[in-house]
Amino acid sequence: MKHRTEEELIGYRDGETKERVEIAAHLKDCAECRDELARIEAVFAALDAMPVPDPGEDYGERVWQRIAPRLGEKKARWWETFFVTQRLAALGGVVALVILAFVAGRWTRQPVPMGDQTDAAKVRERVLVVAVGDHLGRTEMVLMELENAPAQKGQKAINISETQRRAEDLVEENRLYRQTALKEGDQAMVSTLDELERVLLDIANSPDELTPAAFETIRKRIEEQGLLFKVRVVKQGLDERKANPDAKPVENKPRGTERKKV
Amino acid sequence: MADGVEVSDAIAVERTLTGDRDAYRVLVERHSRTVYRMAYRIMGNAHDAEDVVQESFLRAYQKLKQFAGNANFGTWVYRIAANYAIDRIRQRNADEARRETPSRPGEDSLEVDPLSQVRDMSPSPERLAGSAQLAERMKAALAELSPAERTAIVMRHWDGCGIEEIAAVLKSNSNATKNTVFRAVQKLRRALTPFLEGKEARAMGTEG
Repeated sequence: MKHRTEEELIGYRDGETKERVEIAAHLKDCAECRDELARIEAVFAALDAMPVPDPGEDYGERVWQRIAPRLGEKKARWWETFFVTQRLAALGGVVALVILAFVAGRWTRQPVPMGDQTDAAKVRERVLVVAVGDHLGRTEMVLMELENAPAQKGQKAINISETQRRAEDLVEENRLYRQTALKEGDQAMVSTLDELERVLLDIANSPDELTPAAFETIRKRIEEQGLLFKVRVVKQGLDERKANPDAKPVENKPRGTERKKV
Repeated sequence: MADGVEVSDAIAVERTLTGDRDAYRVLVERHSRTVYRMAYRIMGNAHDAEDVVQESFLRAYQKLKQFAGNANFGTWVYRIAANYAIDRIRQRNADEARRETPSRPGEDSLEVDPLSQVRDMSPSPERLAGSAQLAERMKAALAELSPAERTAIVMRHWDGCGIEEIAAVLKSNSNATKNTVFRAVQKLRRALTPFLEGKEARAMGTEG
């Protein structure tokens, strides 16, 4: 009689097997496998024997007392760090451009002659084109860094904390641009920014240090979705629109049906 | 919030997002113990477990806007904590490796009595099942697992998490995660076999 492997029996005990019925039937007839399963069971019993000290009924309250003062602090620290160095420049740029786009938008609502309205709409579109082009440039850098990060042999963890901080900034920007693009009715842009947001969030929310396998998973997602390519195509289209404002918007539409879940 | 009225997690989250910071207290008090148990099992000591709990609730507070309310808050904070715990172990392992102290189970990272490392004299595995020695032995064996294996077995065995849920924390796929769980059980078994089966053999009269 062919005995079941340790892996099959552990899978059976764990409820993770597609051969549940077959293994159960085998166990009925095979004393050796039953003994083996009993030995495996003893390991699980030993796991249950490992107690966890009870932190006490009031533990939740104590945790709250510890963290409550830090909730405020954290926020303050977050704002402090947010308004320094490169973040200030990046955020300032975004805010200025969004305000400019908003002002341009308001301007078009004034009772002005048709020609002026068209000009104001062009200014607004141009502002968006320049700002999003710049944003995509920085997003491209983040994606490229991940794609090209050297994986050293035997490396146990890959630190992506620096890239993560930039991804966090980009998520905020991305949302602003998505809203503006939505108002402008630029569906191609909205789709691309949607996809980018999911990947940027994924990067921002990953652990600071990734195992090579986890790192590879993120890298594969970027590759499989052709994100870097899409970003480049949209950016190229925007660059063309920047050079020739009368040109038609880019037709590269990463449609919803093509999207894969991140 | 009105006293004596039990608010749901979803309402507490909503209130916190509207600026009612005390609403978050309900969530912390409700879910701290569950997160602590998981953190203790992964980290192996109370000090690190408490750190994981506090940091996880802080992180959850900061990311609360990203929590769309379409999932269970308890599950969400549990996952944040598992992510943080696995990072902490990796960091701790890296620090220990940097200090170049040979890693021996139960020496400092875990609260293990060194005496329990000595092959003990107690009788049958049945009696041992509930014994402190076995628990300590298991703790030491858990400490020998990789951070991913330890997280996987804790989430799977004690908290009954699904393979997909564990895979999300490990940033892995289902098959690889199943394999991680299997490897964890296998390694624990190897570590405990001399202890359990030695006792069994003795109990059966095949030893001294």
